[in-house]
Amino acid sequence: MFRVTRRYRFAASHRLHAPQLSDPENRQLYGKCNNPYGHGHNYEVEVSARGPLDGSGRAVDIGCLDELVAQQVLAPFAHRNLNQEIDSFARLVPTTENLAVEICRRLKDNWRTVFPGEWPKLERVRIAETARNIFEVYAHDIA
Amino acid sequence: MVITRRAEFSASHMCRRPELSEEENRRLYGAAANPHGHGHNYVLEVSLEGEPDPVTGMVLDLKELKDILTRQVIEPYDHRFLNYEVPPFDRVVPTTENIARDIWRRIEPHLSASRGRLHSVRVYETPDLYVDYSGESPCSA
Repeated sequence: MFRVTRRYRFAASHRLHAPQLSDPENRQLYGKCNNPYGHGHNYEVEVSARGPLDGSGRAVDIGCLDELVAQQVLAPFAHRNLNQEIDSFARLVPTTENLAVEICRRLKDNWRTVFPGEWPKLERVRIAETARNIFEVYAHDIA
Repeated sequence: MVITRRAEFSASHMCRRPELSEEENRRLYGAAANPHGHGHNYVLEVSLEGEPDPVTGMVLDLKELKDILTRQVIEPYDHRFLNYEVPPFDRVVPTTENIARDIWRRIEPHLSASRGRLHSVRVYETPDLYVDYSGESPCSA
């Protein structure tokens, strides 16, 4: 069994603000991340998939994975304002925790369009908001 | 506890299966099928799992692991054309997956007497693409 991991990058802006909380509470909770004009990051996303070798001597066809990530993540997210341009973040705070879950769910829901067989399986999404802040989520933990 | 030693080698390879046509190889492996080959700066991370020796405080002296990696992997692989010069890649396509498995097979016998059990072999083909191999364990995912 092999795990293959591929890293992707995109830049996007966001603002952390919970509508259930008051403005002072939001400022207190999120600090600079609550700046009303938003701010941005160079996100790095690692996608890991698991499987046995196929006839080509590979566990994952990287071309297929690239296509899926380009379509589900890079095209919609790159150089976007996450709060304003991604539907899920109209109601959900775009923390990197929530972003990791959103990316993992998109990949999981559309996995069969490029990997119709039993293998490989999506295992994990790991996303670095900055070089110091890293979040990971396992596909089997997502409903 | 898991301990890891990193090593690097540079090598060339091509991904082609001799029974397939040029078009089929191109479709399957893309640019990696170029019959003239191409190269990478591979990075290898080998991890052992075990408890530290109560006296030395070490699972395995990483210098020993370095020597095993140098002899069994770096010397045969570094600055070589894998398909032509490094068996089994004369008959096994040197994908990153197969390289990870070959490295596991090369070093595992040399670690059987150590306190540390071979835990995983990670091979970076580029900084943005890597494979982890943990032996032939039963499928679980």
